[in-house]
Amino acid sequence: MLKPSDSGKNQHLAYLLLPEGEELFNLQNNHNMTITWKDYPVNGYFDELISFEGEPRSGAELLLKHLDGMTETELQERKAAADAAILGMGITFTVYSENEGSIDRAWPFDIIPRIITLREWRRIEQGLKQRVKALNLFIDDIYHDQKIVKDGVFPGELLVDSKNFRPECVGVNPPQGIWAHVCGSDLVRDHEGTVYVLEDNLRVPSGVSYMLENRLVLKRVLPELFEDYTIVPVDDYPSQLYQCLSSLAIDKKWPNVVVLTPGIYNSAYFEHCYLAQQMGVELVEGKDLVVNDDDCVYMRTIEGLAKVDVIYRRIDDLFLDPEAFLPDSALGVPGLLRAWKKGNVALANAPGAGVADDKVVYTYVPDIIRYYLGEEAILPNVPSFRCVNPDECEYVLANLDKLVVKPANESGGYGMLIGPKASQEELDEFSKLIRNDPRNYMAQPLLLLSTAPTLIGDKVEPRHLDLRPFVLSGQQTYVTNGGLTRVALKKGSTVVNSSQGGGSKDTWIVDWEGE
Amino acid sequence: MAMLSRVAEHLYWMARYLERAENTARLVNVNGSMILDLPKHVRPGWSSLISITGADETFYKHYPSAAEGHVVKFMLADDENPGSILSSIRSARENARTIRDIIPREAWEQINELHLKARENLASGLSPKWRHAFLSEVILSVQMISGILNEGMSHDDGHKFMNIGCNLERADMTTRIIDVRSLNLSQKDQADALKPFENILWMSVLKSLTAWQMYRRHMQASVSRDAVLKFLLQDHQFPRAFRFCLDKVENYLGRLPHSEAVLQALSPLKSQIDAANPEQLVQNELMEYIDQLQIMLGDIHIAIGKNYFGEVEEGQSQTQSH
Repeated sequence: MLKPSDSGKNQHLAYLLLPEGEELFNLQNNHNMTITWKDYPVNGYFDELISFEGEPRSGAELLLKHLDGMTETELQERKAAADAAILGMGITFTVYSENEGSIDRAWPFDIIPRIITLREWRRIEQGLKQRVKALNLFIDDIYHDQKIVKDGVFPGELLVDSKNFRPECVGVNPPQGIWAHVCGSDLVRDHEGTVYVLEDNLRVPSGVSYMLENRLVLKRVLPELFEDYTIVPVDDYPSQLYQCLSSLAIDKKWPNVVVLTPGIYNSAYFEHCYLAQQMGVELVEGKDLVVNDDDCVYMRTIEGLAKVDVIYRRIDDLFLDPEAFLPDSALGVPGLLRAWKKGNVALANAPGAGVADDKVVYTYVPDIIRYYLGEEAILPNVPSFRCVNPDECEYVLANLDKLVVKPANESGGYGMLIGPKASQEELDEFSKLIRNDPRNYMAQPLLLLSTAPTLIGDKVEPRHLDLRPFVLSGQQTYVTNGGLTRVALKKGSTVVNSSQGGGSKDTWIVDWEGE
Repeated sequence: MAMLSRVAEHLYWMARYLERAENTARLVNVNGSMILDLPKHVRPGWSSLISITGADETFYKHYPSAAEGHVVKFMLADDENPGSILSSIRSARENARTIRDIIPREAWEQINELHLKARENLASGLSPKWRHAFLSEVILSVQMISGILNEGMSHDDGHKFMNIGCNLERADMTTRIIDVRSLNLSQKDQADALKPFENILWMSVLKSLTAWQMYRRHMQASVSRDAVLKFLLQDHQFPRAFRFCLDKVENYLGRLPHSEAVLQALSPLKSQIDAANPEQLVQNELMEYIDQLQIMLGDIHIAIGKNYFGEVEEGQSQTQSH
């Protein structure tokens, strides 16, 4: 029997499919009737708020009781208030469509929060710190001696084909040896309640501003929920980010930190703006910056040029510097890489950091942690098959209709195959794709993602969700208290990306020991 | 840290567009009420609003006549008219969106809200019955936004660019309003019939600039062409008087770094306005004089662009053509 590369007790997941035809849970039409959680269809999934027996999970008791006490009209009123707040505050994300160009859409938000107890969170936090520490050591090693390759733990040939390995970065020493200063790792929970890391985003992970705004909106529209709970606040993220970034200009007391955005048409422009505003630093576009003959970076101001020390760049590697990468990129700054290599400016994340968020590299992370830290991973990977290994590839091809296939370097949920839901044409197409370029694909069993009660129309229904916490690595390591919970609003769907119909929830880390 | 040139430019334009939205709302409001004060056969109608904004060409390309419904639609909602209230608000919002990190959060939220509300309530703005309420709401919203901006934002260089933009736009609108009412009174077919109602026209000029009350207090004169012109062009204390706006622009410029070149462009305009004796100018001389003022305002705009923004973006340059 062939085992997934990072095999474990959950191997059988590969053969479980989503149950069809969930019963909908209807809120009665009578406006005075309230929610009866006993009727909520848990359906074999792990629900974040309600146990298999229909009882509230630890920490969720008061929340459910409170929701119980609200009439449908009240719930709808709060929902409408939240929507109005989001529209009024201009919390948006931008989507592209071929017909309509780019559209600014209101951020989809569900008013029922997701709860994680502080005790569980502390363990996840440790796991994330461990993981990001190892990933940074890995990246630094890859761009220097490649000891991990020489020691036979990581196959060097994977680097040759890696889209995110940047030969330009070999031998560069970024401050403190850190490459991925901001990491967003996606966590999911399976039907047994185990939390897995689904993927790491080490290039320009986004979503943190929505985490902050979700809290703000929920405090506005359901303040009474907060009264009974001790919820760990999330709003120190901008100060932590600022501290992390300014720690990269070691010799400067008041470094000039800027956020570099591709501009208002980028899907995450709202966030770029938000973070610059919250940190009190300039938001710049490529055309605002210039690299002079002294190989230092300057911004154009009304008083002439001013030196820039740290750039939190939200532009992909290849667009950063037309001199070094794509020559026709109008978003970047000519000479930026040169300035960075000379140590005249710090870039966060460092160019080339994406080598470690390749989905095939992902499958090696438990080995990477073991290799650099001599520890076992606290947070498990989702068991994965590497198509680059011929026997694993054969298995994947034979079981395509049961697996989720991911290309190595796509993000945002694009280019994925969800086997159990795919048509025969799609299966055939992926078969061909994988055979032509096995290195570019990995496969995972379709996880039975956990659910949480979500207000859909006038009903409360279970919807699948994930969690993206953010990890900052500078002089210190910081993990957000919770993260961005994304929820697939379409029934039965597990695609949570906002560009593809995903919504979001406020994420509560509650100090609650069940007393 | 010195301000980014791009940010300075967005602040300048955001302020100009907000001011333009408010001014246009005032203009439509006052024209509506003035017409009701005039006997049917001498009503100058709505076409002068089109002339004020210098949009004759665009307007007549799309509308068969200057009937009330057409003009109001054009002034409030037409996307083809970059000076329409909705277009101005949208442009203000686009500029604000690009500098969301610079302006107070509440200001962005109110600009965004104004944008959404104005679109949503447009139908009432187009119905004569609800027009006044719609326009008042726009005016009040802009005033609230400028309150939040002025009281919530540090009075740094960005604040100065904002206020320079606002005051240049305001000065420009003041000259336009004077220009058109003069036009009404100088046109051969209208002039004689309107003569007895001249004061009503000048009163409407004052009202469209919310200058009526202050004019009464400070000029202590009945409404007359000469006194109104003197007040609106040369008064140093009334915020919508041309000279007051210039003082403001000069004051803010003087506190910006390296402003010598722009101040130089400003000084001939100051002398021009101080030396003038508008009451001695007959109607068509007055119109020529006003044209000169507008051209000189344009020069200041260009000098600011050259000095601080690198260059003036074509797309945003004076959409109200001179």
